[in-house]
Amino acid sequence: MTQRNEMRMEFDARSMNEGFARTAVAAFIMELNPTLDEVADVKTAVSEAVTNAIIHGYDSPKEKVVLTCSVEGTAVELTVEDRGKGIADVARAMEPFYTTRPELERSGMGFAFMEAFMDEVQVTSSPGKGTTVWMRKVFGNPKVADTYE
Amino acid sequence: MENYCEWKDGCLLVRMPKELDHHQAGLIRAEADLIIDTCRVQTLIFDFKRTEFMDSSGIGVIIGRSRKMGYQGGRVVAQNLNQRMEKIFAVSGLHKMIQKENS
Repeated sequence: MTQRNEMRMEFDARSMNEGFARTAVAAFIMELNPTLDEVADVKTAVSEAVTNAIIHGYDSPKEKVVLTCSVEGTAVELTVEDRGKGIADVARAMEPFYTTRPELERSGMGFAFMEAFMDEVQVTSSPGKGTTVWMRKVFGNPKVADTYE
Repeated sequence: MENYCEWKDGCLLVRMPKELDHHQAGLIRAEADLIIDTCRVQTLIFDFKRTEFMDSSGIGVIIGRSRKMGYQGGRVVAQNLNQRMEKIFAVSGLHKMIQKENS
């Protein structure tokens, strides 16, 4: 069993940092010995949450995104937080194919991907204050998404 | 700037990058659309040979280009998908919309 270990990072809301964020998380969770597929699942979920914060939360790349990651036992927990616009209707935002940025060709599948690749996803948000996405995944626990193959 | 696209005999080959996220998506979209809007593309091929990572931003790129091709009556193909890309295609439903083949 892995002892609890935590990290926190804060970075500019620039799209170039999406790759940095998911790579940093992938390196941090390595001590849990996840499979390649599990690492890819977490990287995808991080990429979705961070991209949402950057393109929906903020209008300026000078704003900051805060990411925390903790591991304990075989579980990883993540939060991705922005202090931006917030979401008025979280349930609607989480519906597949719903997007407020069709001009950016957003597929509306960000939250659907987070839910497909993580075990639990919770979104708290208030308009004008920001959004926090909390996600958890237990390694060694096959998900429904794995049975598609 | 990296060249993602190769245009030959009515066929547009888009070489997808190693990591395809929102940051990369805009670059690919711009380059592919320039050719789709100005040339008569009959077949559009997305080649995932070197792609190891893709999030939903990549889905947006593929669906967007496929729509454009649909208006023009062209064919869209995805090739060389590794196991991870197969999973992304399955989770997003893309496997029902896009023809897959190996080169």
